[in-house]
Amino acid sequence: MSALAAIIWRDVRLAFRAGGGALQAVAFFALVVVLFSLAVGPDIALMRKIAGPVLWTAALLATLISLDQIWRADREDGSLDIIVETSDALPLTAAAKAAAHWFSTGLPLIIATPILGVILNLPASAYVPVLMSLAIGTPGLSLIGAFASALAVSLPRANLLISIIVAPLYAPILIFGAGASIAGAAGAAQYAPNLMLLGAATLFAALFSPIASAAALRSNLD
Amino acid sequence: MASISELANPQRFEGLAQAVSPYAVGVAFITLVAGLYYALFNSPADYQQGESVRIMYVHVPAAWMAMFCYSSMAIASAVGFIWKHPLADVAAKETAPIGAGFTFLALFTGAFWGKPMWGAWWVWDARLTSVLILLFLYLGYMALWQAIPDKIRAARLAAILAIVGFVNVPIIKFSVDWWNSLHQPASILRADGPTIDGSMLTPLFLMIAAYMALFTAMLLQSMRNELVARRVARLDMAADAATSTLVETPSAASQS
Amino acid sequence: MVEPPFSLSARDLRASRGGRDIFEGVSFVLAPGEAILLRGANGAGKTTLLRAVAGLLRPAGGAVEFCRDTEEPTENAAIYCGVQNGLKAALSVRENLDFWVSLYGAEKKAANDAINRFELRGFIDRRAGALSTGQARRAGLARLVIAQCPVWLVDEPVAAMDRDGVARFIQLVVDHLGCGGSAIIASHDALDIPGARTMTMSAKAAAP
Repeated sequence: MSALAAIIWRDVRLAFRAGGGALQAVAFFALVVVLFSLAVGPDIALMRKIAGPVLWTAALLATLISLDQIWRADREDGSLDIIVETSDALPLTAAAKAAAHWFSTGLPLIIATPILGVILNLPASAYVPVLMSLAIGTPGLSLIGAFASALAVSLPRANLLISIIVAPLYAPILIFGAGASIAGAAGAAQYAPNLMLLGAATLFAALFSPIASAAALRSNLD
Repeated sequence: MASISELANPQRFEGLAQAVSPYAVGVAFITLVAGLYYALFNSPADYQQGESVRIMYVHVPAAWMAMFCYSSMAIASAVGFIWKHPLADVAAKETAPIGAGFTFLALFTGAFWGKPMWGAWWVWDARLTSVLILLFLYLGYMALWQAIPDKIRAARLAAILAIVGFVNVPIIKFSVDWWNSLHQPASILRADGPTIDGSMLTPLFLMIAAYMALFTAMLLQSMRNELVARRVARLDMAADAATSTLVETPSAASQS
Repeated sequence: MVEPPFSLSARDLRASRGGRDIFEGVSFVLAPGEAILLRGANGAGKTTLLRAVAGLLRPAGGAVEFCRDTEEPTENAAIYCGVQNGLKAALSVRENLDFWVSLYGAEKKAANDAINRFELRGFIDRRAGALSTGQARRAGLARLVIAQCPVWLVDEPVAAMDRDGVARFIQLVVDHLGCGGSAIIASHDALDIPGARTMTMSAKAAAP
């Protein structure tokens, strides 16, 4: 197995083992959706209207709380040293870590989305747009999140700091993602442009976040 | 021991700052008084907005400064990161709270402006929303500085964040404009539209000059404070821990 | 076991943290087959020196060079084993070893060599989190065997080990040196490695 594949495989296994964060993120995702519904009240017409944006916000929040662990766990047990030492190109390694985070957080969230859609009375026409936009957008969340997490890797209890840093950077993805889910459900013409802009935002994150993550890691190692 | 340039440059900066500071304060005072006079008394009321247009002279330059400060911060960060120039790091760090202050002023006056114009303290106008997100970018940057005790590491990490934020500003701006055009198709009065009359430009430029001078004066002062604090911290550190070096120790094995 | 011999030289190395110099003026040459026992009080900068040589920490000044015999400098050929073992607590020892095999691009049988050298067989399928301190240390050091790097940089290898473990580790180092490898070992314990030089990190005389 190549080193990058080994990193992804290891992180995914760890996330799904006892004590791993994958299921916690999904549980948190569901919790936000339920709490939101409790707060709004059983107004089905309103629910149908806001279900897509609520799913997007909940997915973003669930991603947010899982970012802290991307690098910290490796730093605390010393395996970050090994990963950096053996890395041929640190940005690629950072991209692999972000990919592992998506497989263990973003993908489970997407899988849980249809069930939560039912709870939220998501209109039938909105399922595909919501799933499509999440599939295109959540990798961007993982990539940008891996960068913010790398910035804070040497700090204890950095969850709040990471959230503050990452939230404004998430704004475009949230706007395009939720926008696509609304436009798609309504059959509006902006559906395709929204998805394309979302894809562009994720692609941009894929190009630059790994480089920035690598720089942040290097600065954090000494 | 710190390198020579590290010590020499702040000293030269201190001299420069002492020379420039009084002028900056003076210019800020004069232009601010003149600008406010023009803004409040010697400029026409807008035919549509009435007297409330006068908030524009405080608001628009503040919004402009918010972006100017963030750009300066990103440039200083890049200089500090690439050339490891401690003075640039300090400049970036001290620009942030000032920039956040202008950002807050822009939001605050924007809300005041919005109340008579739109009947609500806060409307999700594209411009205001972008400035609000900019405020969060500032807060994240300052929070990162504050969280890391090692100033040199903090400078490097904050610089990376400032550069990443700066690269993202146009994307955020575009996405907010896009979002706004989707949800709020009605056109909203623009502060800097082509409707601006020539007589409005005088107070606008005076206020921009006042803000720039104010920014210069505040930045120089807070940089001086920071440099003094760092010198004290460095003396403390030098006192409590010695620098070591590596020496060969004759051992039983090497003697035999 | 080891590729062509490497020599390692450090010239006037300086490292600083938070604006304070931890050490400066550190120079040494480590020839193939040679070992340095690194000593010094807590906080003298032993770990920092090892990390700087390993390339994990950017030195504030000076340079580290790896040379294959007399040729041009080559890439970093060192492996660093810090005080942390780098084991994932939720994975079994074998899974951890397999992960390292992939990371270091080693052959599959390298893991078996490591298991034999450090006698890990008794707890190979146990979760790394359930190991005793000494067992975890042995498992952590096993990556020295897996990586097959010519230069070993080891921080406090035997602090938690029983006498048997220490003897095994010393034998491993001796074999490594015999194959043309080299090592820098920071340790407070007396390690009886034949021919090893001792170097000490100590407070520099007051600056003139």
